Amino acid sequence: MNPEKPGTEGANIFKRVFLFYRDGFRSMTVGRTLWAIIAVKLVVFFLILRWLFFPNFLSLQADDDDRKAAYVREQITKR
Amino acid sequence: MEELTHVVDWSRAQFALTAIYHWLFVPLTLGLGVIIAIMETIFYRTRDEKWLATTKFWMTIFGVNFAIGVATGIILEFEFGTNWSNYSWFVGDIFGAPLAVEGILAFFMESTFIAVMFFGWNRVSPKFHLAATWLTAIGASISALWILVANAWMQDPVGCTFNPETMRNEMTSFWAVATSPMALSKVLHTVLSAWALAGVMVVGVSGWMLLRNRNADHCYRSLKVGAWVGFIGIVLTAISGDTSAVTVAERQPMKLAAMEGLYKGSNGQEIVAFGILNPQKTVDNDEDPYLMKIAIPYGLSILANHDPQSFVPGVNDIIDGISKTPEGKPVNTVSYAERIANGKKAKEAVAAYHVALQKGDNVAKTEAEKVLQDNYKHFGYGYLDNPQEAVPNIPLTFYTFHLMVMVGGYLTAFLFVALVLAYKREWLEKAKWARWWHWLAIATIPLTYLCSACGWIVAEVGRQPWTIQDLMPNKVAISDLSAGYVQVTFWVFAVIFTALLIADISIIMKQISVKSKQDLNTVNH
Repeated sequence: MNPEKPGTEGANIFKRVFLFYRDGFRSMTVGRTLWAIIAVKLVVFFLILRWLFFPNFLSLQADDDDRKAAYVREQITKR
Repeated sequence: MEELTHVVDWSRAQFALTAIYHWLFVPLTLGLGVIIAIMETIFYRTRDEKWLATTKFWMTIFGVNFAIGVATGIILEFEFGTNWSNYSWFVGDIFGAPLAVEGILAFFMESTFIAVMFFGWNRVSPKFHLAATWLTAIGASISALWILVANAWMQDPVGCTFNPETMRNEMTSFWAVATSPMALSKVLHTVLSAWALAGVMVVGVSGWMLLRNRNADHCYRSLKVGAWVGFIGIVLTAISGDTSAVTVAERQPMKLAAMEGLYKGSNGQEIVAFGILNPQKTVDNDEDPYLMKIAIPYGLSILANHDPQSFVPGVNDIIDGISKTPEGKPVNTVSYAERIANGKKAKEAVAAYHVALQKGDNVAKTEAEKVLQDNYKHFGYGYLDNPQEAVPNIPLTFYTFHLMVMVGGYLTAFLFVALVLAYKREWLEKAKWARWWHWLAIATIPLTYLCSACGWIVAEVGRQPWTIQDLMPNKVAISDLSAGYVQVTFWVFAVIFTALLIADISIIMKQISVKSKQDLNTVNH
C-alpha cells in the first residue's frame, strides 16, 4: 500500500493513513449521505436503544458470576 | 404462565423482525462483493476502462447497501443480553467465541479493506486495490461463516459439556463446533444463495436500464458476470440444500416432518411437490394431512437418506419413538414421553447438585452429576408438559419450505436463460418479447428476497420450540421481563428498520437512475 499523494511524502505511517481516510471522505459524493445515516444509526442504536431498552439483564440481577449462575439456576429450575 | 407465553411470543416476534430485516441487507453484500471482485479482476487483466466503469457502478450499489445494513445485526446481540439472558448465560463461551471471531474479522477485514476499495483507486497500486476488493468480499463471507456456525450450534449443540456449578455449557472442541455437519451445510447453503440473489439483482437492474435504452454495453458486461455468478450460486445452493436435508433428517427429524406436513412416515416415502394442508389436521386426530397434493414417489426417502427404500418418520412416529429399517423392520427410538421423563430427571439433578454443593456433600454431588450427565441430552424436554409442545408450527414451516423450493426452481431456470441471453445480445435486441423479459427480471428481484427469507423461516420456525435443540426451550431461555416491555421495543425496531429499508431502496434506486444516465463506457465523468 502506498497511500501517498503530493504533499504527504515523508509523513509517518499514521499521518498517511489519516490523510488517506480524510481525503477519501472528502472526495465522497453519495458517501456523505451514507455516513450521515451510519452516524445517526449508531447514535440511535448504541446511545438510545442500548441505554434505554437493552440493559444487560443479568447484570441488573447480580453483580458477579457466582450470583449470576445462582440467578440462572433459580430461573431454570423453577420454570 | 400466560404472561410468560406472551413474553416468549413477543420476544420471538422481535427477534424474527430484526433478523429478517438484517438479512435483507446481508445477502446482497455477500454476493455483490464477489461480482464486483470478478469485474475488477477482468479490468485488471484487460486494462479495459469499460470494465472499470462497470466495476465502479456496482461498487456504488454495494457501498449503499453495506452502509445502510452495517450494524443492523448488533441489535440481535442486544436482544440476547436483554430478552434471552438465561440462554446467553447457559451457552457460555460457545456462542461467544464464533461471534468474537466474527467481530474481529468483520471489523479488521471489512472496515480496513472496504476503505481501500472505495478510497484507494488513485492511492494504491491496481494489484493492491484488487486484493482489497477480494478481501472485502472474502471478509464478508468469513463473517457470515462465524455467525452461521453460532446459529448451527443452536440447531445441533456439539463440542460442549454442561457444568452444573457455573450453569454454563463449556466448549470441549472448537473444531467440532466450527465444522459440525449442520454448520458446513448451513454456511454453504446460505452464502451460495447470496450469490444467486446478487446475480438476480444485477440481471434485474440491467434489465431496467435496457428498458430505458441506457448503457447497453455496460448492461451486457454486467449480465455476463451477474448471470454466471447467479447461476453457479443457485445450482450450488440446490446441491448444498440436498446436504442440508440429509443433516436435518439426521439431527432434526421433527423439522423435516414439519417441512413436509408428514404425520405418519413410511419406507419409500413420497415428497409433496405441491400441496394444501388440511387445517383440521392435528397430532391427535386421524384426518388426512392434505386437502390436495402432487407428490413424487420415493422423493423424501431419497432426499433425506439418499435411499429410496429408507424410512422417513412423521411427526407422530417421532413422538412415539418409532423408526424402521430400509427393509421395513420396526426399530424403537426414544419416545417423547421418555425424553420428557429423562429431562425431568436432569432438571431435578441440577437442583440436587446445587443443594449438595451448598451442603458440601460430595457423594450427593457426584450422584446428581451422574444423573444429569446420563439424561442431559434430553434436558430441555423436562420443561415440556406434553409431547405436542415439541411440534413446530407445521403450516408455516410447510408453506415457506415449498415456496422456497418453488422459487428456487424458478430461479434456476431464470438464471440459466439470463446466462444464455447475456451471450446472445442480438436475440434480446431484436425480439419483441425482450421488454417482457426485462420486466420479469425486475420482478424476480423481490421474489428472490422472499425466497431467501423463506429459507430462514423454515430453519428457525421448523426447530421450535427450541432455542437450543433438545436442551433449552424458548420458555426457559427467555428473561423475566414483561410482555409490554418487549412490545415497545418491537414497535421501535419495526419503525427504525422500516425507515432504514426505505432509505436503502430509495438511495439505491436514485443512484441507479443517476449513474445509468452517465456514460458507463468511461470513467471520466
